Parts: sequence; C-alpha cells; structure tokens
Amino acid sequence: MLVSNLETTPGHQVVAHLGIAQGSTVRAKHVGKDFLSGLKNIVGGELKAYTELMQEARDEAVQRMTAEARAMGANAVLNVRFVTTSITVGAAEILAYGSAVTIAPV
Amino acid sequence: MADWRIWLDTAGLWWPLLLVLVGYGVGQWIERRHLRSIRERELQLQSVVALNTRYIPAGVVASGSQLVSGSVVISSDYFKTFVAGFRSLFGGRFAGYEKLLERARREALLRLKKQAHEAGASLVIGVRFHATKVAGSTTPAVEVMAYGTALVRPRA
Repeated sequence: MLVSNLETTPGHQVVAHLGIAQGSTVRAKHVGKDFLSGLKNIVGGELKAYTELMQEARDEAVQRMTAEARAMGANAVLNVRFVTTSITVGAAEILAYGSAVTIAPV
Repeated sequence: MADWRIWLDTAGLWWPLLLVLVGYGVGQWIERRHLRSIRERELQLQSVVALNTRYIPAGVVASGSQLVSGSVVISSDYFKTFVAGFRSLFGGRFAGYEKLLERARREALLRLKKQAHEAGASLVIGVRFHATKVAGSTTPAVEVMAYGTALVRPRA
C-alpha cells in the first residue's frame, strides 16, 4: 500500500478513484507520564512521552486509513492529510484521510 | 522563636516566584542547548532538500515515493508563561513563544529530513506543517508536525 501526500506518484498513473479513506484514533495520556510532564512544564523543553504518544497515535490512524482503503480495493492512498483536535484536557483525536485509488506503473 | 514559620505562611507568595526563576534559569539553558543541537544537525542534513511544491521538479528522476514525517511536542516554561501572562494584558509580540515555536518547527523538519535520509532520499516535496496545542497541566505545550513525500531515486 503506497501512502503519499501528493496527488500523483512518480512512475505510476491513477487508474481508478475509489473515494476517501480515513482512519482516526482518540488517545489520552498516561497519568504517570503526565506527572513527569508536569515537572517538565516548569523548565520547558521537549515532552518525549507526548511526542511518542502522538507518533503512535498517528501510526495507528494511518494503519486504519490504509485498512479502509484496502477494503475499498485500493492499492494506494494519495493526497493524505493529517488533522489533530484536542477534545478534552489530556485527550486528542488524530485523523488521517486521503483518496483511495488504484495505481498502475506507466 | 519560629522564624521559619513565616516562610511557610507566605509560601503562596514566594513559591510561584521561585518556579519562575528556576524556569528562567533552566529554561534558557535548555533552549540554548536545543538551538545548538538544531544548528549542528541542520548542517549534517544539508544534503536533504525539503520543498513544499506539489510537483516533482523538472529533471528529477524518481522511481518511488514514501510518506515521511517528523514531530515534536515541546513545552513552554514557567518564566515564558509568566511573561506571556503580562503580555496578554497589553498585546504585542510574544517573543518567548515565537522562539519556542521556531524551535519546534525546525526540530520537526529535521526529524522529517532524517527519516528521508534513512530511506535513501535527498528530496522531499509537498511538505506541510501542522501545529496543535496539546493540553499541558499549567503551562502550554504544542505539537508541531511536518510531513511530506520523499522521492526515492532508482537504484543504479
């Protein structure tokens, strides 16, 4: 499954457009990690636990998106976009969406 | 005599100030160290070019593409938040936050470039930036993400 945020992909052409495929996940942070991040808040800097959390969540969103695209019979997802929304304190929705297409080598 | 009790009774006054001072000292140190590290890695990854154009530049031969991304969650410190609190009364530039976001953007782009480099690509196109406020308990934290498509050169 090819995933790209371009409308085209080098060496291939789009044969069929199948619609929008999307995948999302809502994640909350771990209490222990949040406590350490609370201490980090005093001095600033990177909150590594959060970076990892968001990265994992995004990977899962992409995975769900590609699963949906596969179910539609696609072999690529093009023009992928990411959106993050914070729903309540400590929870965020991560969404990935794109166009499910079938591509073939030129 | 219980002189120490006065400190205990006035803890509500000096404790936030202490946090602001610690935030300033350590925060500035972390910021300087981070910026130095960013500059070093930017030099190392000079060979990877990131563009936000959507089309493959003329003359570039690519056999495949791969989605690459880089992200970072970065927190403000007590000092910056304290200053920003006053700033919001009068308006104007939030210099501390500007620097914070600059660090986050450069870091995210560097991580994207690193991922592209590891995938054997030297050109990333269609780069987009995306920032979200991640709820911090007291001081704001922001996540900055950069994503784009790395063009993989055909194997010689």
